[in-house]
Amino acid sequence: MRIVYPFSAIVGQDEMKLALLLTAVEPALGGVMVFGDRGTGKSTAVRALPALLPTLPAHAGCAFGCDPAAGQGEWCEGCRRRHAEGEAIPTIERPVPVVDLPLGATEDRIVGALDLERALTRGEKVFEPGLLARAHRGFLYIDEVNLLEDHLVDLLLDVAASGENVVEREGLSLRHPARFVLVGSGNPEEGDLRPQLLDRFGLAVEVSTPAEVAERIEIVRRRDAFDRDPEGFAALWHAADAALQDQVRTARARLPLVELPMPLLERASALCVALGTDGLRGELTLFRAMRALAALDGIAEPDDALLARVAPLALRHRLRRDPLDEATAGARVGRALATLPAPTAAA
Amino acid sequence: MTSLGLAAGLLAVDPVGLGGAVLRGGHTPAARAWVHAVTSRLAAPHRVRRVPPGIAAERLGGGLDLSATLVTGRPVLEPGLPALAHEGALVIPMAERLSTEAVGLLTQVMDTRSVRTERDGVSAVRPAACALLLLDEAEPDEPSVAASLADRVAFDLRLPPGAADPVADAPSIGEVAAARERLPGVHLPPDAVSALVAAAASLGVASLRAASFAMRAARAHAALAGRDLANGDDLAAAAALVLGPRATRLPLPPEDEAPPPPEPPPPSSESDQAAEPPGAEEERELAERVVDAATAAIPPDLLALLAAGAAGARGGGRQGDASTEGPRGRRVGTRRGDPRRGARLDLLATIRAAVPWQRLRGAAPGGGALAVRPDDFRIQRRWRPSATTTILVVDASGSTALNRLNEAKGAAEQLLAASYVRRDAVAMVTFRGAGAEVVLPPTRALARAKRALAGLPGGGGTPLAAALDCIAEVQRQVRRAGGRPVVLILSDGRANVTRAGTGGRPVAHAEALGVARRLRADRVEGAWLDIGPRPSAVAQEIADTMGLRYLPLPIADAAAITRVATLARDAA
Repeated sequence: MRIVYPFSAIVGQDEMKLALLLTAVEPALGGVMVFGDRGTGKSTAVRALPALLPTLPAHAGCAFGCDPAAGQGEWCEGCRRRHAEGEAIPTIERPVPVVDLPLGATEDRIVGALDLERALTRGEKVFEPGLLARAHRGFLYIDEVNLLEDHLVDLLLDVAASGENVVEREGLSLRHPARFVLVGSGNPEEGDLRPQLLDRFGLAVEVSTPAEVAERIEIVRRRDAFDRDPEGFAALWHAADAALQDQVRTARARLPLVELPMPLLERASALCVALGTDGLRGELTLFRAMRALAALDGIAEPDDALLARVAPLALRHRLRRDPLDEATAGARVGRALATLPAPTAAA
Repeated sequence: MTSLGLAAGLLAVDPVGLGGAVLRGGHTPAARAWVHAVTSRLAAPHRVRRVPPGIAAERLGGGLDLSATLVTGRPVLEPGLPALAHEGALVIPMAERLSTEAVGLLTQVMDTRSVRTERDGVSAVRPAACALLLLDEAEPDEPSVAASLADRVAFDLRLPPGAADPVADAPSIGEVAAARERLPGVHLPPDAVSALVAAAASLGVASLRAASFAMRAARAHAALAGRDLANGDDLAAAAALVLGPRATRLPLPPEDEAPPPPEPPPPSSESDQAAEPPGAEEERELAERVVDAATAAIPPDLLALLAAGAAGARGGGRQGDASTEGPRGRRVGTRRGDPRRGARLDLLATIRAAVPWQRLRGAAPGGGALAVRPDDFRIQRRWRPSATTTILVVDASGSTALNRLNEAKGAAEQLLAASYVRRDAVAMVTFRGAGAEVVLPPTRALARAKRALAGLPGGGGTPLAAALDCIAEVQRQVRRAGGRPVVLILSDGRANVTRAGTGGRPVAHAEALGVARRLRADRVEGAWLDIGPRPSAVAQEIADTMGLRYLPLPIADAAAITRVATLARDAA
């Protein structure tokens, strides 16, 4: 297997790294969209994620990796049947899947289809799970999501929203759980994204090439070191990655205990109103993101600083489309934050 | 050694690390000679594959090999061209015409050094570390090779016109092979990274891949020279080849302003690295040398642009930025779907989809009818054959600039927003003073449109003929890309500058009429909005000659212009 560039060795790009860590803590945030120039480490960061994520307990022998701790309603048909037949399904630990959706993938491979080999050689109808099954309980990464064909985008959004994949083919009819965090990347200069698609991503970040020469030197130097000796380089950063993994694990345990004070929630709502973000999804995401960050950083008394850190992530892609506003969306969120009436006693 | 010969040698030494090259200047014998020079020196010259123009996604990304599957009775993978070129090279003629999808597939191959196939029931990963030799045959005004691909290869080369043999002086096969042996042990001096990164910064090269490529090129250059430690010559040569052609601005003249170095020499990277205090002087010298070498290698045409301050203003983008965007009419894919809903059945793809399942469906082997199920239906996926590009032509001359330019800008903004909703493309031409200019090549990317519109100046004469020439050119581009151009002219039509850039109303008008007749023969569509204070007979005459609808709008505001524009677009 190819050794991937370690997450903790990525220089700068703090906003993108934060967004990915937040979804690692709280998968219900609903995905990350990364906009940015070429060569800014978008793909690198996503492909480095698995090393940061604690392994998952899963049913052995299950193609979907069903969660033993979840209720039976969340299991696939196979696991339910095994359970009904009285089998004590053994549990294994497996790494969190991060599935890369290649451009040019066809619908049958995404949703799953009949196993072609079995059909050809033995004339049997057996379901072969697709990429959605593989991504269950993990991440589905679509590089250059703006280049993906529209009908595939619709399909992915539908499954991402319902958490379930329904396959009807060759008289085969089945459904299986498919809950995953959608991570997309794209370069807005190469074609815009449909607003409906954008809204489905919980968080959005904008990355750009760093302008600081010292930072650029460090990036190039590390990249070169990695290219010349991937194993050695990865070993150098192993401890840092392990520390991050610990942080994520602690944050997950802490997350259910995080309470946000009422005044802060009110201010977050006021911000959404001021920005005119449509629907409640933005608000909900904003709350969840604040909780996740509080858990990640172990913040005991969440205040406005927390809101200011996650608001651009949660809201920048939900602003009413004013395609010709000169300010970047992130700047508009910042502006609205600054003009919110002063907190009563929250800060 | 010429830069072409040297680049060929370096590529052959480290094809995967350097990623390949863009070779601009047409598919000439010289271009073929250059490609041969590279491929014949590779360690695996037999692993070279040519990508035919208009290649289908499954040929690039791999898919089911139907005939082999039927013969063997089990699924057989057709691995995709990049996998066949593993450790070799892919030669891509007409690289500027690659479909968006093909560009995306190739960038994934470059990033992962493998081909991942997930289609038609097969799932596989094959290694595909190869160099891309992108032959860009675009005319000067056309979109060139996709920027995302150009960014992933080290070299951007231009064939000088009429070069007899551009690679006569390339390193020999033996020299290249020896260098390849030596390469893993070649090191760069510690200050090389900062020198190259600083040089890239001072030339306005935004992508960080450039500096990485320059490091690799320097190592390959040192290997060719038989050195284990690269020196200033290697770095200078690498900077010239990799950074020069990517420049988006000229470096500031050194030592002119404040005594602390104006920009390039970095602050010795925080002193945490094993720094060498006494070497600071040398370090600066090296940085300067690298910048000088790169600057000297900026191609003359680009240099002229940069000197005029014209290229940087466009966000560092050369025209290639537009090329991954927009439909390419010819490339039509298929998808699963219901042919009854007005879509067109793709018969061949449908049969292909049905064939592997015949045994399962109990069809008589070796004969009888094909059992086709609704699941097999494949319909043609079209890149919206009627995708419209609105060519907005804005008269920014003195006569309009006074009172109407802001309205025209407002209308342009609203049009852009409307096109965005419809996913149409927009191009913009402005004319004033001595000539006309395409300020925005056809694009669907709003970010670019915004920039182009923001700094639009007004004033000067009305060079109408030049503007119409520009329209003809953009219209041709749009049609070649499979789109449908609709022209929208906002002008009072009072031409007073000739093509030659001199004054003279009668001559200017006559010239404009001449181009207008040509445009009519070209079947131009659209409307002319006369935004002068009074309807003008000359504007109407030119519009009628072109066959455009003429609409005097003496008091229109931006909203009214937009309404008319939308009407014109839908009616045309």
